Parts: sequence; structure tokens; C-alpha cells
Amino acid sequence: MTPIIRAEALQHTYSAGTPFEKIAIDQINLDIQPGQLVGIIGHTGSGKSTFIQHLNGLLKPTSGTVYFDGEDIHRSKEATRDVRFSVGLVFQYPEYQLFEETVYKDIAFGPKNMKLPEKEVDERVKEAAHFVGLSDDLMECSPLELSGGQKRRIAIAGVIAMRPKVLILDEPTAGLDPAGCRDILQNILDYKHETESTILLVTHNMDDAARLADRLIVFHSGHIAFDGTPPEVFSHTLELLEIGLDVPQAARIAEALRARGVKLPESIYTADQLRDAVLDAWKGAGAC
Amino acid sequence: MLKDITLGQFFPGDSITHRLDARCKLIIVVLYIAALFTANGYVSYALVIAVTALMIAVSHIPLKSLVRGLKPVMVIIIITAILNLFFTTGTPLVKLGPVTLTKEGLVRAVFMVLRIMLLIMGTFLLTYTTSPMALTDGMERLFNPLKKIKVPVHEMSMMMSMALRFIPTLIEETDKIMSAQKARGADFETGNIFQRAKALLPLLVPLFVSAFRRADELATAMESRCYHGGEGRTRMKQLTWAGRDTVALLLFFAFLAAVIALRHFGL
Repeated sequence: MTPIIRAEALQHTYSAGTPFEKIAIDQINLDIQPGQLVGIIGHTGSGKSTFIQHLNGLLKPTSGTVYFDGEDIHRSKEATRDVRFSVGLVFQYPEYQLFEETVYKDIAFGPKNMKLPEKEVDERVKEAAHFVGLSDDLMECSPLELSGGQKRRIAIAGVIAMRPKVLILDEPTAGLDPAGCRDILQNILDYKHETESTILLVTHNMDDAARLADRLIVFHSGHIAFDGTPPEVFSHTLELLEIGLDVPQAARIAEALRARGVKLPESIYTADQLRDAVLDAWKGAGAC
Repeated sequence: MLKDITLGQFFPGDSITHRLDARCKLIIVVLYIAALFTANGYVSYALVIAVTALMIAVSHIPLKSLVRGLKPVMVIIIITAILNLFFTTGTPLVKLGPVTLTKEGLVRAVFMVLRIMLLIMGTFLLTYTTSPMALTDGMERLFNPLKKIKVPVHEMSMMMSMALRFIPTLIEETDKIMSAQKARGADFETGNIFQRAKALLPLLVPLFVSAFRRADELATAMESRCYHGGEGRTRMKQLTWAGRDTVALLLFFAFLAAVIALRHFGL
């Protein structure tokens, strides 16, 4: 299968040739297969935001190439513009980009830029609103008067309405209350199952990353530090903590138990696994 | 494009220019501009250029950054040069159809271009070597006597320092919103002037909304710390007038006097 997104020797330098020169990402090689849900983790300044902005052509690599569906996204100006409709990017705090008079018009902004017929735009707006759980009576409200959580949904719907093959979300749950976080993540999962699109989820929440992602990519100072399935990545608990990242709570507890001499298997990262492993260890020790 | 804006930029450093009192530097800039507009002969221009070169050397600001500041006004400089070149009467040098190039025109064009460039470089030297805080403090102190006639000097300088403080924030915000709208297919680069103006709407609306939100938050933050204007306020960083400030000021008074004298003798 051709990877839907491929990055080859990707490098980006900010303010090249000035004293403020900074290499944000360096020699990134990466393939993303269609249908995957990829979690991208890394602390502030690790290059993950710079990386995702290359995938839809917002940033041009200083050197290296990005391929979408096997083709260079910078082969022509039109191609770069079109790739933005195929690779939807939802920025951090996307509610600050809302500008139209009504929710409906704001969601329709993307599809209208695609020059689609009126009927198709209407269809897509309704579909996108449904995916993020916006009720019909909100469609004629001003987006600026709604609550923070609802604004976030509108902004996400605005990108989903373009029916991108790849949806990239930069910390979609930042600043929301726990219920709001759960709802939005559930919406994203439902969207993925219904449309079979590829999702890239940038997150700081390791428990979410462990629970949702098929694959995790860890960025550290412009390089990929780890890349693999959640069990693989979270078996490196100590290294992850060393580069200043968090690990799921279950993994941290398991690590602490191991340090106290409890024999636990590698790669524990959910509460259920931890419970089973602790019970097994307990029985093995013959404590009961 | 947005990264070219150098207005109000400050290059931290430890040169003599950086250490001079902000009030002293403000007065010096006024004297410098006065001298620049008094100069009208070869000798006086040479003197002004020499003094400017000395100022740049002393301040340790790379010439490159000063030249970069000239970029936005290049159009004005070019138009000034062309107007002066061809619309000055005097001894003709070359005839190009309906327009004639005169010797006086050439001289005046060179002088005008030099004057604009020196003016910008001189004033940029002030903002490059003085932190915005020190600059507004200096202005407030210089205009202090106006408080006697009920001019709200403190409030005005406070507003100015806040405006300067928010320039980089708003530039960053503009960049962010532009990227977000581009990700939804917005096009800021093609089309005729009307299409482009319309394309700016998705940028301007969120920008205004966020600017008002920020203003509101800042006002709340200031009020919750009991800010109540200028009366009885003390400062964390006091401006201090040192011996070097007096010396610098006297030097520039001498410079202005010299230029006036040269003008008097028509040099």
C-alpha cells in the first residue's frame, strides 16, 4: 500500500541567515499508512507543530520532500493549494479563527473555497455539524456568542466539512473541561470509523494517546525519538521521563512497583493491564 | 512579509549608546533632526554623515539591520529622487524628450535622498538602543511639565508602552490566523484588489475580536492590581542622569551650532 503521507529527509530552519537561526526539525523520515490513528507527542518546542504544518503545505521545507498519495505536494502552486483540502489541519485553539455571521456560514467557508456547487456545500456542512454533535438550531447563531466548547466544535466541523482524507488535530482538547474532552475525542473516533480517514492527533495527554492511537510518534528536539505502537513506546518509560515527557499514570505506577522489586511484565500503560499484572504478581508471590 | 516590520524593535546591548539616559537620547534625536534639516551644503552634509557614522559605530548596531529598516520607505525615497531629478529648473545636463535633467536637480535629488535615509537611520538608532519601557518613561519625564496644564502625560505614555508591547503579539496572532484560514483554502495572494480586500475579512474579524478580548483581559488584570493612573506611582527602574549624558548632550548642541554656522556661510 502506498503511504498516504511520506516525509523524506525533511528539514526546516527558521530565520535562516540571521543570529536567530533555529533548526526546528532535522532529517525527518516518516511514512503514514491510510486509516491509521497516529498520536504525535513531544513537549513544547520539540518540532511537532512545525512538522504538521509541512504536511498540508503551509510551511515549505528548507530541504526534503513531502509526498501526499505518492506525489510531491510542492510540485506546483495548484497542487499545494489542493493538498490543503485533502489534508485538513485543525490548529490549536481553533475557535479564534471563527469569523462569519452564522455558524452555518463559518463551516461552509472551506467547502466554498473548494468551489463546490451550493447543494454539495449544504450537504457537507450538515454532515460535518452532525459529526461534531452540533444541533440544527445552532446553525443560524453567531459563532462568537457560543460557549468555548461549542466554538471548538464549529472550528473542527469547518475542517471536517472539506472531507479531508487526512485530518490533523493539534491538541483539540486543550483548555476544555473533562466532559468536553471526552466528547470531542469520541466525536473524532466516530468520525474515523465512519469515514475511514487517517487521523493525526497531537496531544500532551499520554492517557489519551495510549488509549486511542494505533501508532505513536515521539518528537524530541527536532528528531523522532520513538516511533511504534503504544506498548512499544511506553516500554521506554524511563527514557520518556528523561526527555521531559509524561507517561500514562499506569505506566508510572508500574515503574515505581518495579523499582520496589515487584516483578511486572514490560509495557503496562492502561489501568486494566496494571490491575491484571498486579494480581498475577500477587498470586505468583503466593501472598493469598 | 510581516517579519520585515522593525518598528519599535529593540536590540539589547551594552554600548555607550545603550547606557545613555532615555531622556538624553530623545533630546539628541531632536537636535540631530534639527541639524539634518538645517544642513544645505556639501560641507554640512559631510559633517552630518560623519556624525551619523560615528553614532552607528559607537552603538554597535550592525549596519545591515539599519539598512533593513530602510526597505519599507524605499518607494518614497525613489519617488523623491525622481521628482527632484526632473522637476528642478537650472543648468540642463541631459535632454530626454520632454524632460530635462539639470545639475541643480541632480544635487537636490542626492541631498533629499540622503536626508530621508539619515533621518530614518538616526531615529531607528534610538529605538534599536532604547527599550520601549525606557523610551516611554523618558517621554513621560520630558513632557512632565505639561501636567500643569492638565495634559494626561502619564496615561498617554502608558498607552504608548502598551501599544508597543502588543505589536509583536498581534503580528504573531496575524500569522496564526492567516495559517488557519489558509488551511481552509483561503487565498490571500491572488485576485484583483477587490477580491484581495474581501479575502482579508476572514483575517481581520478574528484579529479584531482577539484584540478587544486582549484589551479587556489586560484592563481587568491591571484593575485587579489596583492600577489607578499616575498619581503617586513609583518606578521599578529609575532613570538616572549621569555625567556622560551631559557630555553627549553638549556635544550634540555643539554639532547643531556647527551646522547652523556652516549654513550661515553657505557651505
